[in-house]
Amino acid sequence: MSTATTTHGHEDHGPTGIRRWLTTTNHKDIGTMYLVFSLLMFFVGGAMAMVIRAELFQPGLQLVDPGFFNQMTTMHALVMIFGAVMPAFVGLANWMVPLMVGAPDMALPRLNNWSFWILPFAFTLLLSTLFLPGGAPAGGWTMYPPLVLQTGNAFPFLIFSVHLMGISSIMGAINIIVTIMNMRAPGMTLLKMPLFVWTWLITAYLLILVMPVLAGAVTMLLTDKYFGTSFFLAAGGGDPVMFQHIFWFFGHPEVYIMILPAFGIISEIIPTFSRKPLFGYSSMVYATASIAFLSFIVWAHHMFTVGMPLAGQLFFMFATMLIAVPTGVKVFNWVATMWKGAMTFETPMLFALAFVFLFTIGGFSGLMLAIVPADVQYHDSYFVVAHFHYVLVPGAVFAIMAGVYYWLPKWTGYMYDEKMGKLHFWISAISVNLTFFPMHFVGLAGMPRRIPDYATQFADFNMIASVGAFVFGVSQLLFAWNIYKCARGGKKATAQVWEGAQGLEWTVPSPAPHHTFDTPPVVK
Amino acid sequence: MSLIKIWEFGQMSIFFGTFRRASLALGLLLPGAAMADWELNMPKGVTGISAEVYDLHMLIFLVCVVIAVVVFGAMIYSIFAHRKSLGVQPAKFSHSTKAEIIWTIIPIGILVAMAVPAADTLIRMEDTRNSDLTVKVTGYQWKWHYDYIDEGFGFFSTLDRQSDLARQVGSGIDPSTVDNYLLEVDNPLVVPVGAKVRLLMTANDVIHSWWVPELGGKKDAIPGYVNEFWFQAEEPGIYRGQCAELCGRDHGFMPVVVRVVPEAEYADFIAANAPPKAEVVPASLSAPASEAVIAVPAAAPAPVEWSMDVAMGEGEGLYNAHCGACHQPNGQGLAAAGFPAIAGSAVATGDIAAHIDIGVHGRPGTAMAAFGPQLSDEELAAIITYQRNAWGNGTGDLVTPADIAAAR
Amino acid sequence: MDQTHGYYVPHSSNWPFVGAIGLFLLMFGVSTALNGAGFGSWVAWIGVAVVLFMMVGWFGNVISESEAGMYNLAEDRSFRMGMTWFIISEVMFFAAFFGALFYARQMAIPWLGGEGNNFFTHLFLYPEFSAEWPTNGPNALGGDYQVMAATGLPLINTLILLTSGVTITIAHHALKENNRSLTAWMLFATLSLGFIFVGLQAYEYYHAYHAMNLKLSTGIYGSTFFMLTGFHGMHVTLGAIMLTVIWIRVLKGHFTPSHHFAFEGVAWYWHFVDVVWLGLYIFVYWL
Ligand code: HEA
Ligand code: HEA
Ligand code: HEC
Ligand code: CUA
Ligand SMILES: [Cu+2]
Repeated sequence: MSTATTTHGHEDHGPTGIRRWLTTTNHKDIGTMYLVFSLLMFFVGGAMAMVIRAELFQPGLQLVDPGFFNQMTTMHALVMIFGAVMPAFVGLANWMVPLMVGAPDMALPRLNNWSFWILPFAFTLLLSTLFLPGGAPAGGWTMYPPLVLQTGNAFPFLIFSVHLMGISSIMGAINIIVTIMNMRAPGMTLLKMPLFVWTWLITAYLLILVMPVLAGAVTMLLTDKYFGTSFFLAAGGGDPVMFQHIFWFFGHPEVYIMILPAFGIISEIIPTFSRKPLFGYSSMVYATASIAFLSFIVWAHHMFTVGMPLAGQLFFMFATMLIAVPTGVKVFNWVATMWKGAMTFETPMLFALAFVFLFTIGGFSGLMLAIVPADVQYHDSYFVVAHFHYVLVPGAVFAIMAGVYYWLPKWTGYMYDEKMGKLHFWISAISVNLTFFPMHFVGLAGMPRRIPDYATQFADFNMIASVGAFVFGVSQLLFAWNIYKCARGGKKATAQVWEGAQGLEWTVPSPAPHHTFDTPPVVK
Repeated sequence: MSLIKIWEFGQMSIFFGTFRRASLALGLLLPGAAMADWELNMPKGVTGISAEVYDLHMLIFLVCVVIAVVVFGAMIYSIFAHRKSLGVQPAKFSHSTKAEIIWTIIPIGILVAMAVPAADTLIRMEDTRNSDLTVKVTGYQWKWHYDYIDEGFGFFSTLDRQSDLARQVGSGIDPSTVDNYLLEVDNPLVVPVGAKVRLLMTANDVIHSWWVPELGGKKDAIPGYVNEFWFQAEEPGIYRGQCAELCGRDHGFMPVVVRVVPEAEYADFIAANAPPKAEVVPASLSAPASEAVIAVPAAAPAPVEWSMDVAMGEGEGLYNAHCGACHQPNGQGLAAAGFPAIAGSAVATGDIAAHIDIGVHGRPGTAMAAFGPQLSDEELAAIITYQRNAWGNGTGDLVTPADIAAAR
Repeated sequence: MDQTHGYYVPHSSNWPFVGAIGLFLLMFGVSTALNGAGFGSWVAWIGVAVVLFMMVGWFGNVISESEAGMYNLAEDRSFRMGMTWFIISEVMFFAAFFGALFYARQMAIPWLGGEGNNFFTHLFLYPEFSAEWPTNGPNALGGDYQVMAATGLPLINTLILLTSGVTITIAHHALKENNRSLTAWMLFATLSLGFIFVGLQAYEYYHAYHAMNLKLSTGIYGSTFFMLTGFHGMHVTLGAIMLTVIWIRVLKGHFTPSHHFAFEGVAWYWHFVDVVWLGLYIFVYWL
């Protein structure tokens, strides 16, 4: 997002032009590349969502073949999760973690470059399947066998692109852990680290523990399809449901991978604009750790209808419900931080506030989903779609946007256009609810997910959702435009940028010079 | 999918034509009135379990609403009262062990209070004992097969013809003119009211999920395993649902329809369908072969003379029902989705044995399923004859049921 | 923590991007080859070559930087932590396959045999099937096969790997005591044992395929057996190659008694491979 850094800071004698970006080992350059890539993927995945919403605008099939619709659903999810949200968080970590802990760079700079550059190739592999005969994968992002084994030529591309994404994430996570554990400035004890650093540390552990499991799962799919193994084939003594267990052992922690860094961002922004220290810092840390721990023992709540033994269902129900407790602690702490503060409402704060409201709503529907008897009704209906878009879009994505607005002046050295930012916020906040709230209703009334066409009684709410989605989509152009303008120039930003901002990243000039903290600062 | 098309679509008058309905929907949202005929919520359903589930759903929903009011209330208050523009000075406090203990303990209490009734209902849901009637349900891409295993007969249940015509891309048929669009089948499942019906759920190709909201839930049909599900409908009526697990291209088009009828009507239904002992299965081609599990009377030779006319006549409908989803009613297939054309296909115009083989045994590892276990000899013979002669394939070959039997 | 002062941050490097291209070619090649394109395997091999080229270049950089004394304790600690977490990720990769093995043995097979809530599964679909391990499933996929015994070759292999764990430890101690010739010899012993292990494993596979009709396609038993031992074998091969590199470096006079991260990294990796084998031996061959 920032090109301004080239002209500032002290000289780097590395290559210039495109080669600079291909070969860079600088955490800021790499962070920028991650963020730009993520924005691009957000638009690609969003365009697919627009196709979905256009087809669902009214009953009957108007635009696309059902097979293509399934391709869109599958690719939309894969692109958004692995291409937009995760790389955005990694980009933010690259930019901010070294600045926040007072390190000169990431601990393993070359590895960092590799982690990034694998991603564009992975998505080239994945997106190229749209042009293969037979089209892109259409078995859902969850890739359940036996259905996914019916994928045609796209199949190996799907598997290997997932492998590449996994390699990239694992190496990125290793780098973040090592940076945090080894590169902190003197005096920066663990319990002095900013919460964004803490949440990322824990996220990185999650990544290392679950991405390899996903790699294993898709490898078994590959051998089942091409090499005659029968992991997921009952005739040979396997079980299709076994894939679901392995997948969700990855998949559930994965959803927390997409929300913990968001918690971190929000925990930075709310204190700043409340001009009051974060309430309950250490309980925030413990809550994050508990969520991460619990995320490993709840995976089968995605599988309450597969015919699990009763004891299993009870266990996974109770464990899942427990997650509401640490998450609640976080929400209450944010509210308590605002309480008796002196709040102002710049764009980052607006997004953060919307996050707290709307993520909580998504969390509530998650809790409802955890109740097994009710879940057998909710499962695979639009109620689930409503749930996860609430935690992902006004959850993870809003947090990313909040973070981008918050740190953009630090990256570019200029203030973004506040009016346009506020406009972007209000249109997004309203339209996102228009899009996803009605999905609760159609879901409860019985509309299954992953269908290109639906019975006529669901027509009205689907139309509202589609209109909301188009508005939401278009309003993201404001976001991109604002970032572009801000990288180009504007009002000069001060080092501290925000009146209430605290922390090392605000002690370096804006834009942050190409190299920072070559001599470590001392934290008291 | 061209973006231009979407753009034009936005411009089109459809938007304005249906705008009325959208504004109606918004209107209904606001006053909260007229919700009776408006489906916003989970149906209460017609079984004891579905009612319990509904109550549970409302309970947890209300608990969430109450918590939301408290939390959001505090937040909104502070947004209005503790803003810098009012000139307030920020307080300095940053923790309170007491508060934190309170807001850890209280949610735990609330959760326990939810978990108890939930576990209670769940245990009852899982109790499949003492059923009055057992039906085996098999999911296929993209239809259901119901086996009345005590009565010795079964049938396929596919999307109703009207809906099927209307749902084709660019069919020009307005879905609102079709009764129960996408929620109607040719042969519904019929069960007696008040009986505890046990469904034994499995699948033939990929995972499906059998869901009727008013019967209180869903259960996955998994190839190679048999799951159990039960319901006891208290009121006669027709209850509709859909396949709930993504199962490929036509996942959206395999509805579930259950007719719950009075005992007497059920007896008639059984009498009309069950094969009277020792009698021959009628060659009515809509009665498909059952699974091997129950002793089906051996398919006796069809009483009708097997001829080109018979085969072609029956073949067309059967082809449309069983193969048309992929190979398309016009035989052109869908190249983009990997479904080859049958019209002019080397297989369908070449060696008969190879053609019969792919029909009976399928092509493992592709969406082309083995239809041998699904269809009777007569049915497959009719379909293959039809494929070899329709759309200008014109091979003139007549495939007989005996050919199929020999290839099995 | 105060070691960060002057932390060595390399300026730009071409190798990561080359590596990304290599991986892309490899994966693209394998994908197209699986789709039946003739050029696919060529592309894949070119990818392998590019990756190897990248590794030589990248590690070459690191080694010369290390020998030039550009790394001090902080960098060393970064490498150690990085290696530790990399090994943990590998452990989780194996965990997926062990998970599949346990699931199949403890859940899927008994269910197919009618246990738990799967009475009807057995009754309707597999009335003939009796749940026992090993099995190639109710449809006896792959036909009659023999079971790989825990004695004989596998036992010998276990001893080989255990011995190699001892030799590498001796080598490490020798290096710390600056006894370089013992280090070199013990390293040589370790890598030889590693390659012998791989050789025996290859023989075992050959025997399984040709004399026992035990294949990847022999139902769930064959699937788990070959996937677990196969990935393990690949890791042993990789580990043995890394040992060879370290051995050559020792011969060239690299490493000091206090400063030898690469050596330790490889040793850890070797122990990891060892431990995985013990798990394999117990759960795949023995029990
Ligand atoms: C960022 C991503 C994210 C997050 C954070 C969550 C959070 C949660 N999710 Fe969600 N979930 C998804 C992403 C996410 N989920 C996705 C993508 C799917 C679908 C995948 C697919 O099938 O494709 C899914 C599906 C899913 C299911 C399966 C539904 C089904 O398919 O049938 C379930 C079931 O239990 C569930 C539960 C939960 C719970 C209990 C939480 C909890 O963490 C929520 C906790 C938060 C709160 C409860 C609110 C705040 C708390 C308080 C204010 C305290 C007081 C509250 C109480 C005491 C009630 N989720
Ligand atoms: C982080 C993850 C993420 C994000 C951000 C989103 C964002 C959105 N999602 Fe996504 N979604 C998933 C994750 C996500 N989704 C997952 C995991 C699934 C399940 C998949 C499965 O079942 O396998 C899913 C499924 C899913 C469905 C259900 C499909 C089905 O079941 O058949 C729908 C339907 O409405 C939907 C809609 C949307 C919309 C409208 C947005 C919007 O927020 C997107 C807005 C963004 C843009 C629009 C891009 C920016 C703007 C432009 C490109 C400019 C041009 C704009 C116009 C032409 C209008 N999503
Ligand atoms: C679920 C989708 C689906 C259905 C339903 C289906 N087919 Fe197919 N069919 C396929 C696919 C996919 C192929 C291509 C298989 C391959 O790649 O070899 C195919 C191939 C064929 C071929 C070979 C065509 C050629 O030129 O290679 C014949 C003949 C055929 N099917 C007959 C039938 C018959 C008869 C029926 C119905 C009784 C039927 N199909 C139903 C998906 C389907
Ligand atoms: Cu069958 Cu979805
Ligand atoms: Cu989950």
